[in-house]
Amino acid sequence: MTAGTGWPALAMFAAFVLLTLGITRWAARRTRTADDFYAAGGGISGFQNGLAIAGDFMSAASFLGISAQIFADGYDGLIYSIGFFVGWPILLFLMAERLRNLGRYTFADVASFRFAPTPVRTLAAVSTLMVVLFYLIAQMVGAGQLIRLLFGLPYPYAVAIVGVMMTFYVLFGGMLATTWVQIVKAVLLLGAASFMAGAVLWRLGFSPEALFASAVDVKSAAATKAGAPPAAAASAGRAIMAPGGFIKDPVSAISLGLALMFGTAGLPHILMRFFTVPDAKAARTSVLWATGWIGYFYLLTFVIGFGAIVLVGTEPAYLDPAGALRGGGNMAAVHLAHAIGGDLFLGFVSAVAFATILAVVAGLTLSGASAVSHDLYASVWRRGRADESAELFVSRVTVVVLAGIAIGLGILFERQNVAFMVSLAFALAASANFPVLLLSLLWPGCTTRGVVAGGAVGLTLALVLTFLSPAIWVTVLGHAEAVFPFSSPALFSMPAALLVIWIVSRLDRSGRAIVDRQRYAAQRVRAETGIGAVGASRH
Amino acid sequence: MGDDQLEAVAQSPRYRRLVKRRGRLAAVLTTIMLVVYLGYILLVAFAKDWLGRSLDGGATSVGIVVGFGVILLAIALTGFYVWRANREFDGEIAAIVAEASA
Repeated sequence: MTAGTGWPALAMFAAFVLLTLGITRWAARRTRTADDFYAAGGGISGFQNGLAIAGDFMSAASFLGISAQIFADGYDGLIYSIGFFVGWPILLFLMAERLRNLGRYTFADVASFRFAPTPVRTLAAVSTLMVVLFYLIAQMVGAGQLIRLLFGLPYPYAVAIVGVMMTFYVLFGGMLATTWVQIVKAVLLLGAASFMAGAVLWRLGFSPEALFASAVDVKSAAATKAGAPPAAAASAGRAIMAPGGFIKDPVSAISLGLALMFGTAGLPHILMRFFTVPDAKAARTSVLWATGWIGYFYLLTFVIGFGAIVLVGTEPAYLDPAGALRGGGNMAAVHLAHAIGGDLFLGFVSAVAFATILAVVAGLTLSGASAVSHDLYASVWRRGRADESAELFVSRVTVVVLAGIAIGLGILFERQNVAFMVSLAFALAASANFPVLLLSLLWPGCTTRGVVAGGAVGLTLALVLTFLSPAIWVTVLGHAEAVFPFSSPALFSMPAALLVIWIVSRLDRSGRAIVDRQRYAAQRVRAETGIGAVGASRH
Repeated sequence: MGDDQLEAVAQSPRYRRLVKRRGRLAAVLTTIMLVVYLGYILLVAFAKDWLGRSLDGGATSVGIVVGFGVILLAIALTGFYVWRANREFDGEIAAIVAEASA
C-alpha cells in the first residue's frame, strides 16, 4: 500500500491542486485592502459561509480519525462527534450575531470592544497563537502521515509540501481564496462521504440494523478466531454498540465533553469566519447551514466507520498478517473507498482527504497571522496608527513564518498523538477565549483587569494541568503516576477562568473599570441591533 | 453614531422588549442544549450497560438512538432559533434602527 495508489490518485491530486491555484489567482486579483485580506471583503453569503465553516470543522482528523475510531471501537466514535457538534447551537444562541455586529477582523476586536485595547488584545493574540499552533501541528502531522502512505513520499517532504501550498493560498488569495478552497473541499468531501455511506447501505439492503448486526458478527468472529470462548466472543461483538474504553473515569468524560463543546465557541479560525458575511442575519444563517452539514457529515462518518468494519475488516487484502489495518489505524475510510469503488475512487478520496488538510491549515494560518498583524502589530505596537499596507505586509510575513514553524514542528512531532493535540487546542480555546468572550458580551460588570486576569489564568491552568496529565507526565516524561489524573483540564480551567474574571472585576476599583462598565450599554445596543457595525453600509 | 445615541436607543421600550425576548429565547435554548448534552455524558459515564442494551432484540442499541437523538435535537434547536429570529426579531431590529436614525 505504501506507494501503491498509483496514477488515479496522482491525477486527482493534480486536478485539485490546479483548481485551487486557479481560485487563488482569481482571488488574488480581488484582494487589495485589509478588508479583502482578512474578511474576504465581507461579501460571503450565509450559505457559502455555512459551507466554509463546515469545511473548517470537517478536518482530516474528523473524517479519517472518527471513522477510524468507529472502525476500532464502534460506538465511542459517536461520543466524540456529539461533543464536537453540540457547541454549534451554543455558539449561535450566545455569540454569532454579536460577533458580526461588534467585530471586524479578529475575535480580539470583539473581546476588547469596551476594554483597554492593549492588554486585552495582547492576551487574545497570545491565546489565539497557542490554539492555532497546537491545532496546526495536529493537522501537519496528520497530513504528513497521510501523504506518505498515499503517495509514498518521505514524511518531511510531505509536511513541507503541505506547508508551501498552504502559504501560496493565504499569501496571495487571503481570506477569499481560503474561503473558496474551503467551500470546494467541503462539497467534494460531503459528496465523497455521501457516496461511500450510500454504497455501504446499498450493500446491506439500506437497513442500518443489518449494518450493525453484520458489524457485531465480524467483531465476534474476530474474537473467536483470537481464541475467545463463545460467550466472551459474543459480548466482545456486542461491545461495539455501547460506550467502551473511551471513558476512563466520569470526571475525564465530563471534562473532555466541556472542552469539545465550549472549545468550538472559542476557536479563532472559526470565529473569524463570522466577519466574512455582510450582516448578523447572514451570520445566523451560516450557523444553521454549518450545523446541518456538519450533523449530516457525522451521520455519514458513523455509517462509513461501521461499513469499514464489515467490508474492510473481513478482507485480508487490507490487513497485515497480524490482522491490523495496512498503513495504520487512520486508513479505515481510505481502504473502504477502495473496497467500494476500486483504484479510481480510492484516488478521489485520497485527493479529497489531502484537500481537507490543506484547506484547514490555510484557515488556521490566516487566523494566526491576523492575530499578529491586526492585534499585536497594528493595535498594540502601533496604537492603531499603522497604515494598511504596512499591516498587510506584517500579516504576509507572519504567514511565511508560521508556515515555517508549522513545517518544523510538524516534522519534530511526527510521533505525537494527533487526537491529543486537537483536544488540547479545544481545551485552551474553552478555557481562555470562550470565558473572555462570554463575559465581555453578556456581563455589564466585567472589566479590563477581570478579563485579562481570568483569560491568563484559564490559559495557564489548562497548559499546566495538561503538562501534569498522564499524556505528558507519564507517557512522555516517564514518571510513574500523573500529578493531574484526568485526561482533559477544561472542567477545572474553564470555571477557574470564569471565576477569576468575576472576582477581579468585582474588586476592580480602577478608573478604567468605571469606563468599562459605562460602555456596556452602548456595546449591547450595537451587538443586538448592528447599529454602527463595520460593513453594515457596504452592501 | 456615538455612545450617547446608542445609549438613547438603550432606553427605548422597543429595544428593551427585543433584548428581553431574544435573551429569554437564547437562555432557554442554551439551557436545553446544556442539560441534554450533560445528561448524555453522564449516561455515557454511569449507564454504559443501559446504552448498550438492544433496542428491540436486534443489534441496534439504545445508545445509537439516544446519540442520534442528541444530534437531531441540536439541529432542531438551531433551526427553531433561526426561524424565530427571522420571523420576529429582524423586523423589530429594523424598526429600532429606523427610530434611531430618524
